[in-house]
Amino acid sequence: MNDLEYLLAGPARPSADATDPGVQRLRAVVAARAHEQNLLDVAYRTIDTPVGQLLVAATPTGLVRVAYARQDHDAVLTGLATRISPRVLFAPRRLDDVARQLDDYFAGRARGFEVPVDLRLAHGFRRTVLEHLPDVRYGRTVSYGQLAAQVGSPGAARAVGSACATNPLPLVIPCHRVVLGDGSPGGYVGGPEIKRVLLDLERGQ
Amino acid sequence: MSLPPFDRVVTEYGPVVLRVCRSLLPVHDAEDAAADAFLAALEAYPRTRPGSDLKAWLVTIAHRKAVDILRRQARHAVPVAEVPEPSGSAETALPDELLWAAVRALPAKQRHAVAYHYVADLAYADVAAIMGTSEAAARRNAADGIKALRLRYPSPPGSPPESLPNEERP
Repeated sequence: MNDLEYLLAGPARPSADATDPGVQRLRAVVAARAHEQNLLDVAYRTIDTPVGQLLVAATPTGLVRVAYARQDHDAVLTGLATRISPRVLFAPRRLDDVARQLDDYFAGRARGFEVPVDLRLAHGFRRTVLEHLPDVRYGRTVSYGQLAAQVGSPGAARAVGSACATNPLPLVIPCHRVVLGDGSPGGYVGGPEIKRVLLDLERGQ
Repeated sequence: MSLPPFDRVVTEYGPVVLRVCRSLLPVHDAEDAAADAFLAALEAYPRTRPGSDLKAWLVTIAHRKAVDILRRQARHAVPVAEVPEPSGSAETALPDELLWAAVRALPAKQRHAVAYHYVADLAYADVAAIMGTSEAAARRNAADGIKALRLRYPSPPGSPPESLPNEERP
């Protein structure tokens, strides 16, 4: 390839450069116009928090996904494209309110989240469990067995455990407040260390 | 196999679509055309076959959007030379702008063939499909275009030497 062809073709790997200002403007304009034209099926952004970078995603119905870094954000986005719609766009402004509420939560200024949620990624018994979880208030905990009894399925502690493990909206739907029968934290989608951090935060420690 | 999130399509193909639009239109119109193209692509995206050639598809849509904009301008325009772009913006500072201006000054067929073959790196068969010509005509227009460009656009100092092997491209 000679000089002129080289200049025309541009950087060999332009895809690596998502910080190109032209591309950033393009992303913003496409997201804004997609929203106006009802083509923004899934909006997402990331938020830096004391428990690492979170990915948050919303449909026009409400918040549909919260994911910790260890859940692999690329894989989560691919999953949303497959399960909801491939019209997934980076649209931070659509999620400013959620970002602000997360800031307030981690700063201890808020004890819960006031956001519409879209539970379409949860089904059956798991969804029932998630719908009951907001009854477990800030600073309190409940055991897997107790929660199973509360949703009318005593003995289904294990199924409650898998509902928590597959919670599409951790933090906002507080599965971190479900602990083992002996009071120890137990497992968590974000990892056991993060569960401990959240429980300590809510105990005011 | 499923479709990747559209945002990934924008970040992966945004640079090439913007460059193609820049070689056809002044900078402001180029960004509009690229946004129009991605929005049209977004609308149709869920019906796209996974694994299809997204670059050729996007460049085809960008071609139509650019042609729309050029037609609209031709209808309204007073025939003057190309309006100079506002000075002082980040884009005009790019050495690229001289190159894009030279491409835009080519006759239409050569300009489009250069944009799709040399800028977008599409095969002549794809260039021919976009332009509605034969493959031979696409090849000839691209060759004539690059020859004309070489006369109008002398290599700026600091550009890579002719002998630079492909694998040493950054």
